[in-house]
Amino acid sequence: MSASDHSPEQRAELIARLSDSLDGELPAELRAELQAHLAGCPDCRVVLDTLGRTVRLLRDLGDAPPPLPPAIEARLLELVARRLGAQG
Amino acid sequence: MPGPAIDLTIYDDEAALLAGLRRHDPDACTCLVKRFAPIVYARALQLTGDPDEAEGVLQTTFIKACDALDGFAGTSSLSTWLYRIATNEGLMLLRRRRPQVTLDELAETLRPDELPQHRAPWVGDPQRAALDGELRAELERALAALPESLRVAVVLRDLQGLSTEEAAEQLGLTPGALKVRLHRARLRLRESLATYLERSQRGDDERL
Repeated sequence: MSASDHSPEQRAELIARLSDSLDGELPAELRAELQAHLAGCPDCRVVLDTLGRTVRLLRDLGDAPPPLPPAIEARLLELVARRLGAQG
Repeated sequence: MPGPAIDLTIYDDEAALLAGLRRHDPDACTCLVKRFAPIVYARALQLTGDPDEAEGVLQTTFIKACDALDGFAGTSSLSTWLYRIATNEGLMLLRRRRPQVTLDELAETLRPDELPQHRAPWVGDPQRAALDGELRAELERALAALPESLRVAVVLRDLQGLSTEEAAEQLGLTPGALKVRLHRARLRLRESLATYLERSQRGDDERL
């Protein structure tokens, strides 16, 4: 079976389950059902894999902020020092 | 003016940093900013999608934290406390904007055109090249291009690591409604990344 065999409603439901499974929020019974489906559906396996990678990239993005632009840092430092009366 | 160069390790210990801030030590102020401002700003920018608004959130967050320092009980870590203030400020700002929420954003199920279009596996390991350079920029661009209600869901959940329940509560949604927005946001981002990876793969092939 390929994903093109699924009706749009089935596909939407499958996607929701794939996404939930990435969060560990899919109930055990539905998880087993999903596993069985994935075993016979290469398209859904690709979607699960690439959706999982997307989520991991997002988490990495959240954990590793880019450096703060120097002008913004300078303005904030001045503000904080003034607020705390810590003019150095 | 770049921040003064100081030895940030003198305040490695959070209790020592708090004590330094409470006695108005300038090095402690610098340390607070250097250690926490980058992530507060990055998260504010991800939430609001606007650099000026993000700087406003950053400044308000630190002012509120400075003013509340004496009352800070230390039951959570300083970082958790700051990030919570920042998230509240960012969300408040979004609510004040009174956005024109489109019907598209409120859809409670996935629309047919949101279902996966790209069916090809991703070659190589984008994770490895992950967040340096172009892929990171692409992901940030795709994130900024999402409708606000979808972006906020994925930022709170995947970038800031809130649980479904916490994120739903912050946004005044049921967990079910939050999840639908999260699924839709993730799918759209997956399509953007797939398009980008396909394009850069083609570019590599042509260069060979």
